[in-house]
Amino acid sequence: MESALVIVIGVMTATGVYLMLASNLLCYLFGLILLSNAANLVIFVSGRLTRVVPPLIPKGLEAPPEPVANALPQAMILTAIVIGFGLLAFTLALVVGCYRELGTIDADHMRLAEPIDPDGEH
Amino acid sequence: MYTDVHAGDRRPAGWGDKIWSLGLLIFSLFIALWLVSLIGPVHDQAPLVFSLSWVPSLGVDLAFLIDGLSLLFALLVSGVGFFVSLYAAFYLRGHPLLKRFFLYLLLFMLGMLGLVLAGNLITLFVFWEVTTVASYLLIGFNHESASARRSALQALLITALGGLALLAGLILLGSVAGTYDLVQVLSSRGQVQGHALYTPILILVLIGAFTKSAQLPLHFWLPNAMAAPTPVSAYLHSATMVKAGIYLLARLHPVLGGSGLWLWILTLVGAATAVVAAILALRQTDLKLSLAYTTVVALGTLTMFLGSDASVAIAAAITFVLVHSLYKAALFMVVGIIDHQTGTRDLHALGGLIRRLPITFGIALAAGLSMAGFPPFLGFIGKELKYEGALAIAEEPLLVAIAAVFANALMVAVSATVALRPFLGKLPPTLASSREASAGLWLSPLVLALLGFTFGVAPGLVADTLVQPAVTAILGRPEVVKLKLWHGVNVPLMMSIATLLLGVLTFLMQRRIRDGLNRAARWLPSRMDRQWDRGLALFKRAAALHTRYLQHGLLQGYMAVVFIAVVATLFWAVFWGESRAGGFEMQFNWARLTLKEWAAMALVLSGSLVAIGCRAPLTAICSLGGMGVGVALIYLFFGAPDVAITQLLVETLFLVLVAMTLNRLPHSMAVRGTRPRYLHALIAVLVGAAVSLVLLAVIQQPLVSPTREYYELASVPEAFGRNIVNVILVDFRALDTFGEVVVVLVAALGAAALLRRHPGNGIPGYRDQGGPEE
Repeated sequence: MESALVIVIGVMTATGVYLMLASNLLCYLFGLILLSNAANLVIFVSGRLTRVVPPLIPKGLEAPPEPVANALPQAMILTAIVIGFGLLAFTLALVVGCYRELGTIDADHMRLAEPIDPDGEH
Repeated sequence: MYTDVHAGDRRPAGWGDKIWSLGLLIFSLFIALWLVSLIGPVHDQAPLVFSLSWVPSLGVDLAFLIDGLSLLFALLVSGVGFFVSLYAAFYLRGHPLLKRFFLYLLLFMLGMLGLVLAGNLITLFVFWEVTTVASYLLIGFNHESASARRSALQALLITALGGLALLAGLILLGSVAGTYDLVQVLSSRGQVQGHALYTPILILVLIGAFTKSAQLPLHFWLPNAMAAPTPVSAYLHSATMVKAGIYLLARLHPVLGGSGLWLWILTLVGAATAVVAAILALRQTDLKLSLAYTTVVALGTLTMFLGSDASVAIAAAITFVLVHSLYKAALFMVVGIIDHQTGTRDLHALGGLIRRLPITFGIALAAGLSMAGFPPFLGFIGKELKYEGALAIAEEPLLVAIAAVFANALMVAVSATVALRPFLGKLPPTLASSREASAGLWLSPLVLALLGFTFGVAPGLVADTLVQPAVTAILGRPEVVKLKLWHGVNVPLMMSIATLLLGVLTFLMQRRIRDGLNRAARWLPSRMDRQWDRGLALFKRAAALHTRYLQHGLLQGYMAVVFIAVVATLFWAVFWGESRAGGFEMQFNWARLTLKEWAAMALVLSGSLVAIGCRAPLTAICSLGGMGVGVALIYLFFGAPDVAITQLLVETLFLVLVAMTLNRLPHSMAVRGTRPRYLHALIAVLVGAAVSLVLLAVIQQPLVSPTREYYELASVPEAFGRNIVNVILVDFRALDTFGEVVVVLVAALGAAALLRRHPGNGIPGYRDQGGPEE
């Protein structure tokens, strides 16, 4: 069952990368969403998959009685999701700010700091 | 060619100037006297070592070592420094930047003293670089002149490049010897020379020494450095800066010297430098420039002698260091006086100054005779020793002897030119009003020239006290050096006479020789100086190309490079790792997937694929929302309900955020830029495939995770929590979670700052200046 998920992750990564290669910042942002989700799933799958059984310890016991899902990647993903959210929200604000100040969301046309050479080097 | 700034911006010497010059004088005098007081102890006892711990973990100490060699050089640095400071105080009197000049001079003097007294390889290197930087400031002191700036930069670049090589060499040397402590390094000769790294160490250290001491083919920075005010030249190019490389060679002679490689490189490079620079010196008509080239001759000669292991050759080198410092500093100062009093240093414009500048003429004559090697000056003893040393060199006595005679003969000619030409002959009418300089100007060169005479008459003053301890320090065995004026009629005396005859002949035929050389020079390939400029231009062009192709400022380009690098690394990791692990295979157990799992994955897949095709942001957001829900379901189905909940929450929150800002964004996202889509698609597919492959390879391996077991077992007894994920987040890794909260907070603050509307805080006029309109 991991193999199927691996292929899904590959497709997510590929679409994310494709979108991030666009000069349109909105595309870039959407690519970033896909890529961060794919990355979370990579962590999840590397910790191996266990169906249904969440990492909980029943009352009265000191340790889980049967094999439970790996808790470690879950903790990492929780952190990653939240931080990813912070990153995405900030990127979104950046895109909106860019559009407001520069009138475009096409990164190729944002040449305020490094104007295009009059010699036409670019 | 170059002249110092004299006229125009004069002002009376202020109190600041006086305090600075007095301070520098007292400081250098104090150091010199202290060093003189150490002569006795160093001669009688073992070397003195002072050490302070600096970076103990790296074995770097601020250590100072005073033995015969460092004592001699430190005495030259402080002694000549004293006279140069005195001279400069009068030479540059009223210069508006005099205080700055003395500051640079002090910095340089400290760097030089630290360099020659350093007792640790790293300390030595640090002071080496201090002298590089200080010499840059000094050479470029007339910073309003473009040629001075260029010369300063050239000197800096060349010596700093050499410095880098030296650093590498010293670190290698330290690691081979097992310590950076100089005393211990010096005694580990067998260990170093037997090591495979000996050759790289030697080459790197020699590059450092040769660049600093202006050996071929990087000699050209030294004559260019004459753009500095004359006191600087007198200091840097007689006793200090250029001698730093010589000091390094002498210092490391006990550990690196004695091998065939050392002998051949030093002898050949030194001989070539001496001969070529001697020829170049003849071509010059600027007095200071011809002196500069003779400095290169002297450095070449010193290098040549340091290549040897024979005690006479080493004694010759050490004596010559002393001789050269004395007469060269004096001669530079004489040229400075001529320049100062007449306003020119051009041979063609000078003549007949003997009546106008009689004292200066006397000094020039004394220093010039020492340089030419006439008895009874110290220069004569130095030259006799050189010939004796040349003959004592076992390997190639003939080559060394011929080079030495040739170089010395041309030195005779140049010294005669500098000491006689400006003073004899007819006085040009332009110079009729020139007068003798003030005592402050001629006092310093006078003392230096007199020292050359005194030491010549009574060589015992320096033989026992300075030369012999230095030779002992270099060779690491007790040596007895006798300096004598009269050696009897022997081969060196014959060579001396031949030298004098050849030199006088050259002097008399100088004009014809110079014309011939100039004619010949036209057929030679262009000078190294110009090659350097060409190389520098090439370097700048390469940097521009690099900027244009790598730092182009295009987001797409950067992303493409990053992703291609990721693909390369991942594929390399997979195939390299798997070729060692013995390959892997994909196993598909489709049947084991349940329907709801299929559905979740289909949701994710369709969401992702729709997102890349759509043109309206709203569609893209909806499809991404579907993808997010699919991911949450996967978490849920595989035993991660906490993660699933958070994922859903965050997904919703983010969609709300995007939806809120949608009306502030363009309604179409059709633009993809000009670059071909298929290339992007190819990169994307490759990244996806690489990630999948790596992940497949990872899950083939059995998972051994003691951390996981630890958390499962410790969760209840230690943290009293039954939800292991929770326990990890808020207990075991609570600090990470706190960091995460901080990250989100900072992101929120940043986003808030970005989104707040500042009226009039936009970037004014961008759209008017050809910024794009949407």
